[in-house]
Amino acid sequence: MKFVDEYRDAELGRALSAQILATVESGRHYKVMEVCGGHTHTIYKYGVDDLLPANVELVHGPGCPVCVIPMGRVDDAISVARRPEVIFTCFGDMMRVPGSSGTLLEAKAEGADVRMVYSPLDALRIARQNPDRDIVFFAIGFETTAPSTALTLKRAKAEGIRNFFCLCNHVTIVPPLRALLESPDLRLDGFIGPGHVSTVVGARPFEFIPKDYGKPVVIAGFEPLDVLQSVHMVLRQLVEDRCEVENQYTRVVPYDGNPRALEVLAEVFELRPHFEWRGLGFISQSGLRLSPAYSELDAELRYPVPGIRVADPKACQCGEVLKGVIKPWECKVFGTACTPERPIGTCMVSSEGACAAYYNYGRFAREREVV
Amino acid sequence: MTGIREMGADAREQQVLDRIETARSRPIRFRDAQITMAHGAGGKATRSLIEGLLAPAFASETLSQLADAGMVTIDGLGLALTTDSFVVTPLRFPGGSIGELAVNGTVNDLAVAGARPVALTLSLVLEEGLSSDVLRQEVEAIARAAREAGVEIVAGDTKVVERGHADGMYICTTGLGRLDPRARLSPTGLRPGDRVIVSGPIGEHGVAIMLARGEFELDAPVESDTCSLWPAVEALLEAAGPGLRCLRDATRGGVASVLNELARASGVALLVREAAVPVHPAVTGACEILGIDPMYVANEGKLVAFVAADNAAAALDALRAVPGCEAAAEIGEVRTEPPGMVLVETSFGGKRVMDLLVGDPLPRIC
Repeated sequence: MKFVDEYRDAELGRALSAQILATVESGRHYKVMEVCGGHTHTIYKYGVDDLLPANVELVHGPGCPVCVIPMGRVDDAISVARRPEVIFTCFGDMMRVPGSSGTLLEAKAEGADVRMVYSPLDALRIARQNPDRDIVFFAIGFETTAPSTALTLKRAKAEGIRNFFCLCNHVTIVPPLRALLESPDLRLDGFIGPGHVSTVVGARPFEFIPKDYGKPVVIAGFEPLDVLQSVHMVLRQLVEDRCEVENQYTRVVPYDGNPRALEVLAEVFELRPHFEWRGLGFISQSGLRLSPAYSELDAELRYPVPGIRVADPKACQCGEVLKGVIKPWECKVFGTACTPERPIGTCMVSSEGACAAYYNYGRFAREREVV
Repeated sequence: MTGIREMGADAREQQVLDRIETARSRPIRFRDAQITMAHGAGGKATRSLIEGLLAPAFASETLSQLADAGMVTIDGLGLALTTDSFVVTPLRFPGGSIGELAVNGTVNDLAVAGARPVALTLSLVLEEGLSSDVLRQEVEAIARAAREAGVEIVAGDTKVVERGHADGMYICTTGLGRLDPRARLSPTGLRPGDRVIVSGPIGEHGVAIMLARGEFELDAPVESDTCSLWPAVEALLEAAGPGLRCLRDATRGGVASVLNELARASGVALLVREAAVPVHPAVTGACEILGIDPMYVANEGKLVAFVAADNAAAALDALRAVPGCEAAAEIGEVRTEPPGMVLVETSFGGKRVMDLLVGDPLPRIC
């Protein structure tokens, strides 16, 4: 397929792999975190790991929108979905995320009207088609998906649609990265930056990582060659003792982001004082809610939601996995009590989650070159 | 410099992987409190329903083999018996309709069991309010498909349910076939070195249905591949004889599910070369946009054949001579390690696992 195959070329991959091998210093171990779940998915789906020397380790970060949703928010979602007047819409992966008593998929089997959508605009269309029902869209994701939610809300308001509501769980990328970098048990040499978030926010917001924490960042695209090239760019910074934000994904990421999208975000959303993240706890100014101008579309204001914080299951080590402190297979319940069909933690649900990606794609012994 | 693997972490990782494999090889239990759509999707939940509830309850040795058709021998005559229900929405879609599916689906379950399809029974569950024109069209489609597949419809039943209790119509067919004397097929018969062949481009039926539902506002020229597989099976039996180890039609759950099922049944590893798998560019495009892998998408006229290495070339040639199978391709081979697993050599040059499907990306497509 044109414009896709070019970025999956095996020969170019091998050439990059050789360059990486020539770049790394033997005896030195490199730990590079890919922040975004999309990268995790690419790495496993294409076996990008196989093209890296054994002393280059990729650590999977907290940038999977499904994986960071805490159990209490799932419970809130289910309580809204169970209301007879509500058609509850969400992305497919979200339906399998466990709350404290079941998933949205189970609520659906018990009679709740839960529907999978591919875009918030699909939810708005359902609202137009069902004027006598309340349509609630469960919004999740970083700055990548937030603009499409924002535009949908703007359109709903402009069209005067009275039966469309948003249960907002949008989050922002910088606060969790800062929290991660502050965490004392973190051992990372550099970051593969989130490409699609950066199409909106640009590369500039990540400058604090080299400046304040001395770690290189390379904003990366999502095809396997993008990831491999970005790893190479991080490694070159490390070997050459440079430390800066570089942009590998120049074909879509402008350094200053997308001002129009940022404007829409600022109009429709405002920062919450704090928001709970799965495994990472409360992080201040990390979540978005609807701004006062859009309060009549806010599902949290329309329905009484329990809003009860539910502690992550004890055995679950999603937090350590999200921080890159342990690898998925090092979690006590990985693959035995916690599997993609019966997930305990969110990292095991989405195909972008570190645990599910490793379980589904990476679960076999690899032979890799040791330098 | 090469070949030495880091001990310590790697050894511990291997230990965890082994523990997971042990957990996975235990008999599967059916523990869900209720039926969800995932139980119908052909992945892990379906497996738990069949292997955890149904097979143990009926305690039939033939059934417990979980083949596409059950074998019955009467006075030395080998027969194959199978049954299937069809609940597809929409009833008509590019390339076919529920009536054609109902014939070909059951015919193909017989064919891949190595049996020549002979006779079908037909049950119609009709919803109050169904247009007679729609019904007439489907009855004609059934008759046409049966004629083309060379089977006779010898018995039937009709029921009508109240409006809202069926999506227009449901169809059940039961098929009887006569075992071909050349067939020596067994899901436990795969041997290291055997080759894996698919009979043509994959994923077309599932994608055609998804697009026909109009939920995605996508448009692509993809048609269902529904057709009888008996001509393909006959060509393979003639060309490879006892070198033909096993056949499966890659319906619900796609080629990936077939490969996983047989890797487990035979206790072997399967290696698939992603670049060798034939996929129509429009199917690739639609799957790319929807974020699904064509290997998991349903087919209604494609089989996967496992053939001894010595017979593989002849089998492939014979298959390509069958109308509709011109794009048949060898996509991989049987290995010893790791047993029970399907590995993919990605077109990018890496390797990964291809597991059974979890959840339900494509509800009700056949």
